[in-house]
Amino acid sequence: MDYVLIIVIEMLRAISWLVLLASGLAIIFGMMRVINFAHGEFLMLGGYITIMSHNAGVNLWIAMLVLAPLCVGIFGILVERFIIRFLYGRILDSLLATWGLSLLMVGGVTLVFGNTVQGVSTPLGGVSIGAYQVPFYNFVLIGFAAVLMLAIWSVLKFTKAGLIARATMQNPDMAETLGIRTSWVYMATFGIGSAVTGLAGGLLAPLTGVVPSMGVNFVGQSFITVITGGASMIAGTLSASTLLGTISQGMTFLTGPVYGDAALLLTALVLLRVLPQGITGRIFKKSL
Amino acid sequence: MEKTLAKDIGFWVMLGIGLAVMFIGPMVWGLFEIMQITQYVVLSVYALSLAYIWGFGGILSFGQAAFFGLGAYTFAVASINIGETTVPFALSFLLPAAFGAALGYFMFYGRLSDVYLGVVTMVVTLIFWKLINHTAGPEYSIGAARLGGFNGIPSIPILNVPGDAKAWLDPAQMFQAFMGILIIVYLCLRLIIASDFGRVSVGIRENETRASLLGYDIRRHKVIIFAIGSGIAGMSGAMWATYQTFIDPNAFSMEMSAKALVWVMAGGVGTLAGPILAVILLQWLSLKLGTMHILNNYFILGAILMGLVLLLPRGLLPSLRLLAERLWHLGRQKMDASAASRKATSDV
Repeated sequence: MDYVLIIVIEMLRAISWLVLLASGLAIIFGMMRVINFAHGEFLMLGGYITIMSHNAGVNLWIAMLVLAPLCVGIFGILVERFIIRFLYGRILDSLLATWGLSLLMVGGVTLVFGNTVQGVSTPLGGVSIGAYQVPFYNFVLIGFAAVLMLAIWSVLKFTKAGLIARATMQNPDMAETLGIRTSWVYMATFGIGSAVTGLAGGLLAPLTGVVPSMGVNFVGQSFITVITGGASMIAGTLSASTLLGTISQGMTFLTGPVYGDAALLLTALVLLRVLPQGITGRIFKKSL
Repeated sequence: MEKTLAKDIGFWVMLGIGLAVMFIGPMVWGLFEIMQITQYVVLSVYALSLAYIWGFGGILSFGQAAFFGLGAYTFAVASINIGETTVPFALSFLLPAAFGAALGYFMFYGRLSDVYLGVVTMVVTLIFWKLINHTAGPEYSIGAARLGGFNGIPSIPILNVPGDAKAWLDPAQMFQAFMGILIIVYLCLRLIIASDFGRVSVGIRENETRASLLGYDIRRHKVIIFAIGSGIAGMSGAMWATYQTFIDPNAFSMEMSAKALVWVMAGGVGTLAGPILAVILLQWLSLKLGTMHILNNYFILGAILMGLVLLLPRGLLPSLRLLAERLWHLGRQKMDASAASRKATSDV
């Protein structure tokens, strides 16, 4: 009984992990159909901000939940204004440019902080379930993933800003005609997506530690989740995370973590062969 | 616009330069220069693989390193097991080409969009890199060859004369052999591009819908283009492995994929000579910058990539050509104008 509970919690953790990793990317992709290839480095930046400010004496939770999203969000807006803005409509060029940015950031952070791992210990200790010990931090991750999804959904559904965002997503030209500055909407979206990515980076920093090249370890999972999910921000992220999280966690139980990613990719490839627009390209089409 | 290969001056110039370098080079250069230039030659073949699929098939692959690395590892494992290098060299073309075809089947028959294509190719490379990094233990060996994980595979055999496993090539001969391969690859690609198949693939690049409405199977075309590019990338990987006599997982790295993209972008998408030029220029530059130890490779590579996309999206060679054409027209206009004005004054 306890073992089953543990497995369920592990599954949930794997799913929330993917939700956290991918939602920032999914927000940007859902709005602009552009994949931010520097996503991993945005995560890395969030992690660095968290750990550096914690080392400087800031409370870990403030660093993680306030500073990291704020700084990465502002950084995202700067990136949008100085780079992405000029490349709208040239999707491939924006991929190339963000990839250049990603390499530049890895190089830049290595230059500044050196190529060493830094970290803090995972807060909150553990909970015992029967004979097993589960880190309480897992529940924090699951909680944050749920809150994040709920927050994005309610913003899109119930606020004026959400309405504008949905309109721009559906038909940018029409939205522009109706007096919405789509370029500002894009800027805001990129900023919010970056902030969410920064938050995710902050949350995972205590688990993995930070190193300039850490982004590489997460972009695979994030990209696969987003493209498998398709263009809907919430339904896509949730469905893809659930599917892929279950598969990768199952694979990890069976063979160890190395083949988890490969299994993810294989699933995604087969799935994309059938559903080239991702899951939400055909199922849950009308959802957010 | 009809321009057959035989009438293209650029083609003959490239061929002439290639042959001249191949035969005169070893007489003029010392050992160090030859080793250095051999590296450019290998990387030029690698650059050509992406130049072809991107420039003439419209397929932007962010994971050319996957095939480069696959070819390198295929060559390493096969040549250590077999004990000679001719069959492994052929395998290093065939296996990546087959893998490229399989991957291409999923991507192109699924009609994935450009963004998805970029992501999938990149993730494939990432996963190769991760997997091969995890093969450090002795249980991961294929025949006599241990994969070695992040330590890489040392003592890969040097290329030998086909049929004689003991007749290893010395650096000058290796340079000539590789130069020969580069010329053959260039020649074959030019022939493919000039053929009906190549014309259709350019047509697909320009307008997929139109090409498919004209009755061409764009999916099959793209798979074939992708497989050819993958095979060439794999072969360049094998050349790299035997040139260094060592290969490690960095063959699969982001840096390797990014380099190919940078070369093709810098040289100009849609040209073959441009990327070769870019390889020589940028590798030389990074050698010079690398000795300064101020900036690291990733930083430079990223900066160049971003700079190219934002400032010089056409690439070096086409931009130069455009500039020359503009100047030419400007000069012509000025001359016409001055001639006209002279005429006008004389009329008055």
